[in-house]
Amino acid sequence: MSDLSNTAHNKVRQAKDLKYQPGFSYITWLALFILYAPILILVLYSFNANRSVVVWTSFSTDWYVKAWHNEGIQSAALISLEVAVIAMVLSTTFATMAALVTTRTPPYKGMNISIAIINQPLMIPEIVTAVATLIFFAVIKKATGANGIGFLITAHTVFCIPFAYMPIRARLEDMDLSLEQAAADLYASPLMVFKRVTLPLMMPGVLSGAMLAFIVSVDDVVISLFVGGPGETTLPLYILGQIRRGVTPEVNAVSTVFLGISVILVTLIFLFGRPKSTRPEKSQ
Amino acid sequence: MSNQSTFADIEKSQLSASLVTANKRAQKTRALLLAPAVLTIFLIGILPLSIVLVYSFLEPGSYGGVKWNLSFDAYIQLLFEEDIFEETLTFNTAYLQIFWRSLSLAIVATITCLFIGFPMAYFISIQSAHRKNTLLFLVTIPFWTNLLIRTYCMLLILRDQGALNLALVNLGILDKPLPLLYTDFAVGLGLVYAFLPFMVLPIYTSLEKFDFRMVEAGSDLYASRFKVLTRIIIPIAKPGIAAGCILVFIPSLGAYITPELLGGGKSLMIGNLINLQFGQGRNWPFGSAIALILMVMVMISLFVYLNRTTRNEES
Repeated sequence: MSDLSNTAHNKVRQAKDLKYQPGFSYITWLALFILYAPILILVLYSFNANRSVVVWTSFSTDWYVKAWHNEGIQSAALISLEVAVIAMVLSTTFATMAALVTTRTPPYKGMNISIAIINQPLMIPEIVTAVATLIFFAVIKKATGANGIGFLITAHTVFCIPFAYMPIRARLEDMDLSLEQAAADLYASPLMVFKRVTLPLMMPGVLSGAMLAFIVSVDDVVISLFVGGPGETTLPLYILGQIRRGVTPEVNAVSTVFLGISVILVTLIFLFGRPKSTRPEKSQ
Repeated sequence: MSNQSTFADIEKSQLSASLVTANKRAQKTRALLLAPAVLTIFLIGILPLSIVLVYSFLEPGSYGGVKWNLSFDAYIQLLFEEDIFEETLTFNTAYLQIFWRSLSLAIVATITCLFIGFPMAYFISIQSAHRKNTLLFLVTIPFWTNLLIRTYCMLLILRDQGALNLALVNLGILDKPLPLLYTDFAVGLGLVYAFLPFMVLPIYTSLEKFDFRMVEAGSDLYASRFKVLTRIIIPIAKPGIAAGCILVFIPSLGAYITPELLGGGKSLMIGNLINLQFGQGRNWPFGSAIALILMVMVMISLFVYLNRTTRNEES
């Protein structure tokens, strides 16, 4: 018995050696270093007491305090939050409804076209979408005299839909249909099946989708730059403006906080999206 | 298609009247559920593209916007410069150079990402399950974090007083800082930095289900490691490689933030040129024309990609 497992073990090791390609591990570690080193330097600078942003003097959290009290940053953060939350709610709702149709009904003619339309914002370069939206909204604004942040929110909702749609569809496709069928067999009305079975099971996908939509909206620069009117400066636009004027330590502090929040959200999505921990059997 | 409809016909004839009405109701719910997402994207994401086409054939208004007169100036302006006094056209390559720079930088960035991303994806795919997850997580984080801030980090590194120059001067390799920022090199590096995860993830996906006994079989038949790589692993990973290349190439070609921060006024790409026309330039028709040409370039690369992948599936 021990002999057998020993030879098996040897075989596994051998197979692993065969899979090995020279140099690949170095490239991987080096690339990961290059991906993360610039971010670490930003974090380091943000805690530097010196204003010159070149020489390290001593550890300080002054720039965080200054950034916190900066009115420009405060209002930009609030606008970003407002736009992202509304765009997230709208796009996640729309995407959930669409995903239910595309995964729960047999394919028909209109469906493939619908899926293609939903994925369309991913295909076109952001800057082209930005130009098209700017012109379209300019025409509407001129014709109706309407104005306001609603336009920016609408533009964000459009490009958030496919990002919210992806994890929700993946989750629904992964789910076991027999649970819903069993509920229907036990005389649950379609609405009841949805409320008691489908919705709780698909929740991890919906949450991932909502968080992705939020991240994509909060991160956006190009479309906000074109579509955002005066006084609709989102946080990335504020940061971009500051960078153009020259590097300031306050921007380092805001950027670090911004990155930190994104990393937390991505970590949550990663945990939600893990196939093993979210199998339907476990989550009842 | 025809098969489906005949099947539906037979089915329909067999169904009782009540089931038909139920079916109709289901169709209605389906349409109602799909409508918000599909209509929003169609009305605000797709329809305006046709307005861009119209605008590119109009005259620019004096304070942005357009005058409704048919004009081909936007397209002529791309290639020729008009002399206001003599009213003659002279060939001008300034804009063509920007297109050429964008195309070549996007190609170089794609190839560089491939040469770094493929080994990464392969290395990740042969790790133990736990390590695999950690490495994938490390690649995914930059994928979803703010591109503007990541590019800004790169700027902090490449500046004259940036981390890289500081290190090189302090180590005695350089006498004075090398001007790295605002060059094509900086933009190219920024593109690779920005879009590398887009290459790794699809290649990893295509290798994820790879049966590594094939590698054993190959080496049993006296194939060298290199031969196993080129004859077995790369062909298996081909769909992932193609997808990764298109995912890096398209955003690189239309990049705005990277050349804006790292290229400055010296290394303009198509994205900056478009932005200029809607900002300082106030020439919306010209901006629309450039945006359309960019979209056509993207469509062509997508078409080539789809054509290739479907042909590969057939063979």
